[in-house]
Order: sequence, then C-alpha cells, then structure tokens
Amino acid sequence: MSAVVRLKIWRGTARDGGHWDTHDVPFESGQSVLDGLRWLRINRDPSLAVRYSCINANACKECMIQVDGETVYACTARLEPREMTLTPLPNKKLVRDLVTEIAPPSERFK
Amino acid sequence: MSDDADIINIDTDVLVIGAGAAGMYAAIEAARGGAKVMLADRILIGRGGATVMAQMTVAAALGEEVPDDPQAHYDNTIAAGRGLCDEALSRLLCEDAPDCIRELDRWGVGWARKDGHITATTAPGHDRPRCVYVDFINTGPAVSKTLRAEIARHQKNIRKAGDLCIVDLAVRDGGCAGAVAYHLPTGAPVLIAAKATVLATGGLTRLYRRNSASTNMGGDGYALALRAGASLIDMEFVQFFPIGHLAPRLIGMDPIMWDPFRYKLGGRLLNGHMEEFTSAYGSDEDGKYVLTRDLATYAILKEAEAGRGSPHGGAYLSFQHCSPAALRAAFGPVIDRLAANGIDLTKMPVEVAPIAHYHMGGVHAGADMAAAGVPGLFVAGEVVGGANGANRLSGNALTEAFVFGRRAGRSAGAFVKQTPRRELGPQDTGAPLALLRADPAGRASANMAALIARLQATMADNVGPLRTEARLRQAMADVAAIAAEAGVRPPGRPGAFDLERLDWFDLRNMLLVARAVAEAAFNRAESRGAHQREDFPHLESRWQRRQTLRWRDGALQISGAPAPLEPAVT
Repeated sequence: MSAVVRLKIWRGTARDGGHWDTHDVPFESGQSVLDGLRWLRINRDPSLAVRYSCINANACKECMIQVDGETVYACTARLEPREMTLTPLPNKKLVRDLVTEIAPPSERFK
Repeated sequence: MSDDADIINIDTDVLVIGAGAAGMYAAIEAARGGAKVMLADRILIGRGGATVMAQMTVAAALGEEVPDDPQAHYDNTIAAGRGLCDEALSRLLCEDAPDCIRELDRWGVGWARKDGHITATTAPGHDRPRCVYVDFINTGPAVSKTLRAEIARHQKNIRKAGDLCIVDLAVRDGGCAGAVAYHLPTGAPVLIAAKATVLATGGLTRLYRRNSASTNMGGDGYALALRAGASLIDMEFVQFFPIGHLAPRLIGMDPIMWDPFRYKLGGRLLNGHMEEFTSAYGSDEDGKYVLTRDLATYAILKEAEAGRGSPHGGAYLSFQHCSPAALRAAFGPVIDRLAANGIDLTKMPVEVAPIAHYHMGGVHAGADMAAAGVPGLFVAGEVVGGANGANRLSGNALTEAFVFGRRAGRSAGAFVKQTPRRELGPQDTGAPLALLRADPAGRASANMAALIARLQATMADNVGPLRTEARLRQAMADVAAIAAEAGVRPPGRPGAFDLERLDWFDLRNMLLVARAVAEAAFNRAESRGAHQREDFPHLESRWQRRQTLRWRDGALQISGAPAPLEPAVT
C-alpha cells in the first residue's frame, strides 16, 4: 500500500464541545498540509471547515492553523507520512473546526 | 419569531464588492468624493483576489526609463487584442495609467528605481521598457499593502466587511439598489441598501483545474451582473499564462512566478528533448522573452501533444546558463525559497505549462465604468470586458485594476449625489433571501467540493486554450449535469462558516459563468487570440466582432455572431 498521512483533526464550534476526526490522506512528497485538507474535503468530508484563499502562494495568510501544536501556514507546512494533529489557533476566537477569527477588528463585518 | 428577526440591514452610499486593487481603489476614490462606502469581500479585505498574487509588472507609459507615450502603449494593447479591443476602454487604460502609478508611488508602494527614476522592463508585446514592478517579485503584496494603508486613512468613510458572501444584487425598476448577502462566520442574512454598487470581484480562473487564482475568483461579478440584467461580452476569451509552474512541487509561491525571472534573465524554453521549439510555431525567442501569451501557450501545448513535452506534460524552462551571482542579484531571497523546495536553477530546469490566469471578457460598460443597461451598477478591474480584446498584453491587468477602479469609484461617487436613498423591499430581495433560508430537509446529498473539482476538470479539458466543437459540447453537457446534481437550493441551514453552503453559492455562480464561456466559445467558429479552435484554425474577418450575452427569463441569450455563410451555389 502506498504511503498515507493520518490527519487527526479537531472539529466543533465550541472549545469545550469538540471531537476528533481522523482521516487517511494519500501521501505525495512535497505536498502541503492544505493540499491534504483540500483532498479531504473533495474526497471524504466536505463539511470540514478550513479557511484559505490563495491556495499556494502564501500571499493571503488566511490558512493559519496549528500542526502538532505549532502555528503554521497550512499552505507551506509539508505533509509527512505519519499522524499529524491539526487544531485551530488557540489564541483566536473559534468559528468552526480549524477556522478562527483572524481578521483585524477593523476589517470585520459588524 | 418573525422571519426577518435575523436579518442585518445596512445602508450605504456606495457598495464596493471585491477588495483587490480595483475595489480598494474604487473605495478610496468614492470616499475622496465624499461618499460613504462599504467595502465587502467574500474573504479577508485586501488579502485575496488576484492583486495580492501578482508577482510581476504593471504597464504604464511613464517615460522615465525611456521616452514613452500613452499612444504607443495603446498601439501595443490594440495589436495584442487581435482586432477586438473596445478602443475607448483601451485608450482610458493607457492614458490614465501613468497618473495612477505616480499616485501609488506617492502612497509609498516602492516601485523599483534605478538612478533615481522608476525603472521599467520590457514585457512581451511591448515595444519598449514600460512595465514597472516592486522587488523582489513583490508587486502584488506591495500594492495590496499600500492600498490597505490608504483605505485606513479614509476609515471615517470606508466601512470594511470581510467574510461577506454576496448572493445577488438587489434590482429595482431595472436599476441596482444594493445587494443581498450573508455573513460567513455566522450565516446571518445581510441586506445592503446602496445608491451605487461597484463590482470588483476579479476574474474567473477558479473555473479551471490549474489556475493562479484565489478562492474568490469564481467569476462572481459576471454572474451577479448577468442575473441583474447586465450584458457580458467576449466571454470566450480566457487567458492562459503559458509558463505556470508545473513541477517539481513548489509550495509557498504563486505558479506564475517564472514571469519576472524571464523579464530579468531571459531563460530558455525547451521541449522534452531539451531543444528550443517556439521557432517551429513561427516565433523565435532566441533566449529572450518576447512571445505573447497566446502564441506561447499554443506552442507549448502543441509540442506536448506531439509527444515532445516534459515528463509532466509541459515544457522545460532553463536558467542553467545564468551564474549563481546573476540569479542572486536578480532575485535575492527568492533563490533561498526555491532552494527550500529543492530547486537549484543553476543545475536543473523546471517544468512549466499553461495555467488559467486572466479573463479578457466581462461586463459591458462605458468609459465611465457604468454597466450598460443597469443604472447604479458600476464595474472595475477584471470584471470589465473589452479593454483587452482577444488577448491581454502583459502588464495591463493591474493597470486596469487601478485605472478602472479609480474611474468606477469616481463615477459611483458622482451617481450617489443625484440618487435618493432607497430602502430595500421584499420585491427586491425575496428570491435570494429564500435561497438563504433554504429548507434543511432539502439538503443535497452531493459533495459540493467534489462538484467544483469536476467543473474545473471539464473546463480545463474541454474549454482550455485548444478547443473543438466536440470538446465544447462535452463541457456544456457536463456543466448541465453538475448543475442538476448541485440542485436549486443550498445544502444545510445558516450556521457558522458552513463551507458546504459557501461551495454551493460559489458553484451557482461558477456554473452560470462556465456556461457563458463554453457557449460563446462554441459559437465562435474561428481562432483568434486566446480562443483557438482546432476545427477552425484561422482568423476569420467576418468574426471581427464581439458576442454579447444576456440572462433573460432564466435563459442565457447570445447575440452578435455573424450571419451564417451562404451555402455554395451548385
């Protein structure tokens, strides 16, 4: 069997009411964590919420999450053929799953 | 509970939809004229769209590097457009460009300088160095940052609204009176009453599998305008950027990043046998970067089709003739980012292939940026159709974002002064509100993310740079099938950041725009610029005209095709 990445992903809309989902994603050398999340939404679970815009350029800076407890851009963190734990940013207001409120206050719709 | 209790009502003079360079410039200009502006985007403000990704150049006849004239820029633009440019728009583009570039310079964008003047490079299709940039391949981010800062200086008049998904424009008596939206983080419906609305949502490159687009580039503005009664023109002309990065996997950089490398260092385009090949298609590059985008795209695809492509089906791009010092001098820290991806340009070529990049077509508008047929609706940037004809000249995209954005903001600001405030009523907003309140029992079983991927696949395979009647028929059938699976109501119910719902609303627009592109391409029985029909390989003078698309009573209508040829007399 070809190599896989096991993505353990925090899901939920409240910090104290979440759960973990685990999915295996095909591993291809050089791919980003965001590549894995996009594959997952298309092929396994479209309900997963993740915020991203520019996909690959690291220009929009929207895809900040934590991978194994470290804050990264999902579009530049590499997939590795092992279990990787994905969680929303701990210091931002949670919106859903991996999405947090990252916009500067003056840019939010109020 | 009242059905309306959850609705958020907003009132503004000008609603600007889309916060790339065109939308931000429009907002600034409208605010300078005294209007109250709401600047909305489906994602974050000033960080998405095409602008922030633009790593290359901006064309403007500044005349600082060498003597130049807007007329020369105009002549090059018209020539690249293969006979289809809307000359009034092209003229505005070229004449206003230097002023916008200098204004951005005063705002601190930091155009690259040499000997004290703003320096410029010669992009393909230009007759002299005319294209300004920010080092190192930082034009788009610098422009975005500068415009964001300028917007902050107008914060009294510009209200920013990120994460706002526009569902439909609100139309009253044939005019645009604002929009119906929903707030992505909460799912709440939002009614925006606006005296004038500017569409600055960018292009449609997300319709294609390989693209250089943000997720908000699914053609929203074209779909919103069409459903509101506006006309679209030139929809068959999708520009593919010929040398988008293909392999090895390169993350953290936009796939169009090889363009500035070619401006500065030339570079050699090679086939799978490591031979130069563009001369076989009528254009000899000779190590320079001169081939226009439509011709380069054609040459690369045809070479791969003939079995002489690179391993991943594109072409090689080599800078192996450049010394490490020359590479470092031209691109500084970018060389380190390439090294982190395992790419050493002194030792290896990279693989490149055409990638969906820009849309020449768009909303039909006058030089005041007013959308034809819909009072109160203005357009800016890539949403505008016609300025670039059948093929856009390199460097004109950000230029039109600035020039058309500024002009749209000015026109919208003037329009609101003679327009009374209007409240939105149920007759203006009923249909989109009904979509937002779709019955959860009607939840679709289809995976919307997978349907988007299917749409991107058929558009790439069948409505790409090389087209045939059979492929276009296949695309139209696929689009209809995907639409049937997506259904007429969004899945789920309003909630926090529901991506399945967002995918459905995105797909609704993408499917309509895909139809417009495929049907216009199907009609155009010739090859011209970015539209290459393998079954009609020649440019036909009878087709030196544009097609116009309208949405009437739930049907897409196309007009403008020439009369059928008379059958030969026997």
